[in-house]
Amino acid sequence: MNLVISLVLLVVGSLLFHWLSPWQLTPLASNWGAIDTTIDITLVITGVVFVAVNLFMAYAIFRYRFNSARKSHYEPENKKLEVWLTAITAVGVIGMLAPGLVVWADFVDPPDDAHEVEIVGAQWQWHYRLPGDDGVLGEVDARYIGPDNPFGMSPNDDAGLDDVLITSNELHLPIDKPVKALLRSKDVLHDFAVPQFRVKMDLVPGTVTYVWFTPTRTGKFDILCMELCGIAHYTMRGYVVVDTDEDFDDWLGQQQTWQDIQSEGPGDLVAGKAAYGVCSACHGQQGEGNFALNAPALAGLPAWYTSRELNYYKAGIRGAHEKDTYGKQMAPMANTLVDDAAVRDVAAYLESLPTVNLESTIAGDASKGASHYVTCGACHGAQAQGRYALQAPRLAGQSDWYLKRQLKSFRLGIRGAHKQDAYGHQMVLMARSLQNEQSIDDLLAYVNTL
Amino acid sequence: MKFFKTLGTKPWLHDGDVGAVAVDYSGPHIDAASRIALRFILVVVSVIFFLFIITFLARSQYPDFEALSGAPWQPFTDPSRLWINTALLALASAAMQLGVSGARQGKLNMTVTGISSAVCFTVLFIVAQLDLWMHLQSMGFYINSNPANSYFYMLTAIHGLHIMGGLIVLTNVVFRVWYDNSPESLGAPLQLCTTYWHFLLGVWLVLFALLTSRPETINALAAMCGF
Amino acid sequence: MQNVAIADQTVELHDPQTFITKYVWSQDHKVIAIQYSLTAIFVGLVALVLSGLMRLQLGFPDTFDFITPSSYLQFVTMHGMIMVVYLLTALLLGGFGNYMIPLMIGARDMVFPFMNMLSFWVYLLSVIVLMASFFVPGGPTGAGWTLYPPQAILEGTPGSDWGIILMLVSLAIFIVAFTMGGLNYVTTVIQARTHGMTMMRMPLTIWGIFTATILGLLAFPALLVSAIMMLFDKILGTSFFMPALVSLGENLDYSGGSPVLFQHLFWFFGHPEVYIVALPAFGMVSDVLATHARKNIFGYRMMVWAIVGIGGLSFVVWAHHMYVSGMHPAFGFFFATTTLIIAVPTAIKVYNWVLTLYRGNIQLTVPMLFAIGFIFTFTHGGLTGLFLGNVTIDLPLSDTYFVVAHFHMVMGVSPVMVLFAAVYHWYPLFTGRMFNEKLGKAHFWLTFLGAYAVYLPMHYIGLLGVPRRYFAMGTTDFIPESAFTLNASITVSALIVGLSQLIFLYNLFWSLRYGKPAGHNPWGATSLEWQTPDVPPHHGNWGKELPVVYRWAYDYGVPGVEQDFIPQNHPVTDAEHTAGEPEGSKA
Repeated sequence: MNLVISLVLLVVGSLLFHWLSPWQLTPLASNWGAIDTTIDITLVITGVVFVAVNLFMAYAIFRYRFNSARKSHYEPENKKLEVWLTAITAVGVIGMLAPGLVVWADFVDPPDDAHEVEIVGAQWQWHYRLPGDDGVLGEVDARYIGPDNPFGMSPNDDAGLDDVLITSNELHLPIDKPVKALLRSKDVLHDFAVPQFRVKMDLVPGTVTYVWFTPTRTGKFDILCMELCGIAHYTMRGYVVVDTDEDFDDWLGQQQTWQDIQSEGPGDLVAGKAAYGVCSACHGQQGEGNFALNAPALAGLPAWYTSRELNYYKAGIRGAHEKDTYGKQMAPMANTLVDDAAVRDVAAYLESLPTVNLESTIAGDASKGASHYVTCGACHGAQAQGRYALQAPRLAGQSDWYLKRQLKSFRLGIRGAHKQDAYGHQMVLMARSLQNEQSIDDLLAYVNTL
Repeated sequence: MKFFKTLGTKPWLHDGDVGAVAVDYSGPHIDAASRIALRFILVVVSVIFFLFIITFLARSQYPDFEALSGAPWQPFTDPSRLWINTALLALASAAMQLGVSGARQGKLNMTVTGISSAVCFTVLFIVAQLDLWMHLQSMGFYINSNPANSYFYMLTAIHGLHIMGGLIVLTNVVFRVWYDNSPESLGAPLQLCTTYWHFLLGVWLVLFALLTSRPETINALAAMCGF
Repeated sequence: MQNVAIADQTVELHDPQTFITKYVWSQDHKVIAIQYSLTAIFVGLVALVLSGLMRLQLGFPDTFDFITPSSYLQFVTMHGMIMVVYLLTALLLGGFGNYMIPLMIGARDMVFPFMNMLSFWVYLLSVIVLMASFFVPGGPTGAGWTLYPPQAILEGTPGSDWGIILMLVSLAIFIVAFTMGGLNYVTTVIQARTHGMTMMRMPLTIWGIFTATILGLLAFPALLVSAIMMLFDKILGTSFFMPALVSLGENLDYSGGSPVLFQHLFWFFGHPEVYIVALPAFGMVSDVLATHARKNIFGYRMMVWAIVGIGGLSFVVWAHHMYVSGMHPAFGFFFATTTLIIAVPTAIKVYNWVLTLYRGNIQLTVPMLFAIGFIFTFTHGGLTGLFLGNVTIDLPLSDTYFVVAHFHMVMGVSPVMVLFAAVYHWYPLFTGRMFNEKLGKAHFWLTFLGAYAVYLPMHYIGLLGVPRRYFAMGTTDFIPESAFTLNASITVSALIVGLSQLIFLYNLFWSLRYGKPAGHNPWGATSLEWQTPDVPPHHGNWGKELPVVYRWAYDYGVPGVEQDFIPQNHPVTDAEHTAGEPEGSKA
């Protein structure tokens, strides 16, 4: 009897759960409403079967419960009944399959007027490329990928010169224009998925795949990588911002083309040294840092990292959180560097300074720290040497008190919570796997040994 | 079709074809069982090589694939070395057949000659294959320099492993018979080993044909498979 | 008990004498079955603990210091691979297949007992190699159970040095073990059936195991081939699956390979693997249902056809796992169609199980509870499969928790419900004692309701769009705070279900000693395994003479006969003949 009651309750409960659940498909933001319709059709058909089968079973269990005075009905088969059931099932299956195939036919065939955008995945970042004025994406090849050419642009194809290269994790798209997203991966499988758009597709190294959709709602939507791509898979996030046409054009105008990027010269060390004068008050003449003033060592830091962070300070991406005491001190200082060139000069100058040996201020169990560092090493390198390709700075030789404060800030979202701080956001997620002060100390004790 | 007829019977009825006592009972006779098991082994091994070949054809359609034959500098444009190896394996197969006829006719000498020369030729084949690897290496055809090379080394290695597996089973059979001093019981297991040898010869011929094919042939085959 | 003397032996049975030959190097299928089962249950418990750790992290993120992003992925991978291959395949075929086949078809043993023994020891070796990967530098692989290249063998994945090599080697060894066992199972079924045991008189358990074994023999080679090729890529630097790529900033020497080719091979194995697990479960649950409902299985022929049909179709649906993999999108039409066609025979099986209950005489014993629980969870899991198999709906749902919930319902909970039903059902045969019924019922309710509380809500987390294999979700714009609460509640249910398995283990060992003696055939079952002269059956199973079979395995409630069941080895009597055939069967 308990079983009969609980079967009925489970059926009723499942239906109630479905109707009352606040957890449903996210509100649609693309043209793929047909997918939602297909889901609804399938839900109705499968729901009816679910209820019918289980209620009938509950009835049978109740009605034909054991009675020693009775024998069961001997009936090896009933062809008529079985044929009917098969036929009804087949009709139900066709009812679900047919709309599915119709929508799929639409999905595999992008409209001719769809504009192309390339989405590039790499462990664990999203980058984007737009075709520029000529409307053609230049040739690319994995062979050409390097620190100066993260997209692998072919030097032999002029069509690539006006391509707009976006190394931020944020892609803007105009509303109501069909997009054919060409998907390319530099290393392993990834998957481009925006839940509100419904469609998704894998990025496969060695080939280019595609997916198409028309954004129908302005706003900012999360991009999630949905194909396991290694340790930091869960931190591989980005944003699609759907703009009105004017906003989109504004944004596009601010982006750099491949030609722009190539024409940027290296930073000027002399100018950099001069500009560094202001900074040296806190960070020291040789960039050795100053514990008492809470200024970390800067000497020998790679230029790409220093300039990225300076730009973040300037743009209010870093040092804007109300609890970020020292960041708030730094932000106005960064603003004294007037333009991009000044930032590049200072960064180049700092890179040219010899690294200084720093005393460790933290005591911890380095052997325990080593096991935590396995995860960190995926980006920052086994020797904590840092990796440009992953935008992960060198940790070895950095002031441990500074690293500790940053880890805590990441954990609390004081640093890295800003939506445009792609790499900071990864660190927020990563730092949360360190649960207490002791773990942080152990980890840094290990980093100090590198 | 017998299988479908079987599937159509109504086992709850007691009349008609399905009598009260068995119709298809033949007892767990070990030789018959071994024959069935061997058939399954051959199917499994065929599936393995079939899948390798399918991946070979799929992989051959990528631009970096360079077939091992068809151009003067490719090693198997002149496949004479492979013919020698093939001859060795064919001789082994024939010798096995000789051994079986010997066992069937109760001629112990013939059996022993057959089996021992089969083992010799088989070992020679493996040695010759190893030598071929060395030869390819010395010509600069390394395993990872081209997918066609990779396939050559891998497929010959897998084929060789199957041959060595066969040798182990054959040794086991011969020693068991010797130990029991019952040469008359050798016929059936030896027949199975011989079938296996013929089968591996067949597999080798397929691999040979495939690995020495010119690019046009490979492309045509790949197109037939839809790649 | 009707037996006739048959000179059935060409192989002599050497009765084992010492402890070693009886329990360690045993060639008795029953001992080997128990060895297989205990090993499988042991690794299964390891995988269960891993799933508990994963659930802790998902339900309570930012709480547990010892679970790192790397170790989380390692847990995911090992949990999946162990559960699918080393637990379910080994337990259903190596364990139940080994025990049931000779007993149910009236044979004394497998036809190749030595190879059978070898199969177990090679399986044990594969388990040891797999477990060894926990102790090598870098730990086990964290590539996900699908082991997709390129990432499985590249540095950004945990265990990409030793872990992945050991995993692939272990799989290769497992396949060798499975092939040896599988050859035995099919040959035994084809060749060693006793007098009167026609194919269509075999219980559905044997049909399920037989078909699943053939599937395994044909499908595992695909895994072997992909494992070998990936090992070559990893160790020898070939480029079968590896295209030109830049890993963590370094240009590697690979070029031209195709990662999607691996996926095709993997799923050509992976999808039949689902049915390698499901078909034996289908078979066993049919027998449990018929016995405890005291009714013949409804539509036996349709059930056999469905098993064979599902087995055949399972080879042409593999790419439904790859709708968003970047393969040619036109494949979607074909594979969606074949996938939904397979729903028809599967649905028929569900109908027939339910129709077996209808007009039966149902005893709600513990095995019956689990069997009915199976129908419920399998119906649910099968129906959600219709979402994912339909190519269009797979777009939003693939790689989300909807997938996780679906395959756990259909391939985790359902076969496990059958396994419990089967263990409780055949426990009296294995041990000669009854299990404790109160504990059994407690175990059922906690497992059944708990598992549903885990997986029903999980579908909705997937609908939201939460991706699988994420160490932590962090903050997004579209996931409401309440989803995290839901996740925590799933974790609590999962831990309860996990812990309640201790009741089962306790019952298993307690009843071995203190259970009521079961006697012969406590359930009043018709099939042959219950008709052995000794309980539990001795070496050789049948005493001096093999049984003779006169009827199918489902003569329950036969009209004109007083007893409500007639064992397979009882000759047909005049009474049942004159009672006439029931309506419908003449059609």
